[in-house]
Amino acid sequence: MKTISRIYSAVLFLFLYAPIFVLIVFSFNNSTTMSRSVWSGFSFKWYAQLMQDGMLLNALRNTLVIAVIAAVVSTVLGTAAAIGINGMNKWMKRMVMNVTNLPMVNPEIVTGVSLMLLFVFFAKGMGNVSLGMFSLILAHITFCLPYVILSVMPKLRQMDSHLYEAAQDLGCSPVLAFFKVVLPEIMPGIVTGMIMAFTLSIDDFVISYFTSGTTQTLPIFIYSMTRKRISPEINALSTLLFGTIMVLLIIVNLRQSKDKKAEENLIEEA
Amino acid sequence: MKAKSAAAPYAAWMSIFIIVPMILVVIFAFTDKSGAFTFKNIAEVGQYSNVFLRSIWLGALATVISLLLGYPLAYIISHINARRQGMMIMLVMLPMWMNFLLRTYAWMTLLEDNGIINSLLASFGLGKLHLINTQGAVVLGMVYNYIPYMILPLYSVLTKIDSSVIEAAQDLGANQMQVFSKVTFPMSMPGVISGITMVFVPAVSTFIISKMLGGGANLMIGDLIDMQFLGSAYNPNLGSAISLVLMVLILICMGIMNQFDDGESNGGGIMI
Repeated sequence: MKTISRIYSAVLFLFLYAPIFVLIVFSFNNSTTMSRSVWSGFSFKWYAQLMQDGMLLNALRNTLVIAVIAAVVSTVLGTAAAIGINGMNKWMKRMVMNVTNLPMVNPEIVTGVSLMLLFVFFAKGMGNVSLGMFSLILAHITFCLPYVILSVMPKLRQMDSHLYEAAQDLGCSPVLAFFKVVLPEIMPGIVTGMIMAFTLSIDDFVISYFTSGTTQTLPIFIYSMTRKRISPEINALSTLLFGTIMVLLIIVNLRQSKDKKAEENLIEEA
Repeated sequence: MKAKSAAAPYAAWMSIFIIVPMILVVIFAFTDKSGAFTFKNIAEVGQYSNVFLRSIWLGALATVISLLLGYPLAYIISHINARRQGMMIMLVMLPMWMNFLLRTYAWMTLLEDNGIINSLLASFGLGKLHLINTQGAVVLGMVYNYIPYMILPLYSVLTKIDSSVIEAAQDLGANQMQVFSKVTFPMSMPGVISGITMVFVPAVSTFIISKMLGGGANLMIGDLIDMQFLGSAYNPNLGSAISLVLMVLILICMGIMNQFDDGESNGGGIMI
């Protein structure tokens, strides 16, 4: 039984990783543009070409600007919303949460086209301004908000609401009590929500595709590359992105295991 | 805490960017180009019933395959020692961190007529297979992209099953098959449900996978909507009508799925 399950997991992981592995190997292929599947020697030439691609760097900059703004705004708005929703009565809470769930239940393409209709409608009203960075940022904040709320809400529910009252009894103003007592308690949820918003924004293609006008973000750039050009540049780009993610995840994991070890040491000492 | 007003900016935001756009979709679906009320768009959606049927069929097939492939892996991972579980789940999630366009592109290079699979076959002296631009390729792309969404909720439900329940069943004389079919599987139902919805909804509404791996011939609902809004057949009214039908369709599917769930639907949760 054990060997069967080992073989099964190995085959499934092979299925998950083989395409990525092939993609990475062929990013170092010294080939002409047309043959993507014939190995003809090791080279960095596709990386060199990628670095000179002005469109790519521009798309990368747009993606990062949008992701940072969307993450910050959705975190602030979402955290405030979670606190407000937490104080609502059951009926109100249910109604607001239904609207919150809508973008997560709806197919992405429907959210995308509905926002496109809205922006086109607005743009016409404002004298034919075209869609671009501004509409992208608004759209990204919108689809990030539910995820922030859903990661802050559980922390609020876990928190003892008497803490906030106690702080006020001890002389804190409501604002001070919020910053000194409530905020530190729900901080882990806020951080998770913000990281989620940031990664969702960077990764989003479908909603951006419908709300971007002619502005390019990284996923849209990748899409236009796969449509128009057949080039190992895409492989090089994938490899760089995959490498960055790997390094980030390893750092996060190392930090977590370091924290755990420190905790264990403390327990041992005590 | 009397802090209801803190949600006011959010309520305003969601009204403008979620509710108003949805109302716009409905208005567009029921009007013509001049803005007059009409049922023409909705009626026209009927012409594309073959596209709808194909999307549902391919999406359902991909969902079933993901469940059949994903369940054993989730089961295996939930039964190894705790230290290695985290590592394995990380391995399941890692491909999801790569943009799905790139993951789909990877399959394009593998499946092409002059692609890597065919060159491998040729080097063994075997004939070429036509793989890309087929429905099989589209289903493969869906399974590859969405199978982590199946494995993760299944895993999180399976690890939560109390092992003493399993032991009790064994003590009462159930064999391995019976333990699985009478205890483990029913208890993992919330995970199965959320896995199915998390795979089916994106699979049925995709337009990239069908475009990249299915060629022009295997049109799906998503491609139709894309064509009406940004493509050659520009007609936002018809596009809105199709979107509306798609939305209703998915709501019905989810309603049916929830019938199988016995109330406690907090099993899978959201995992990114």
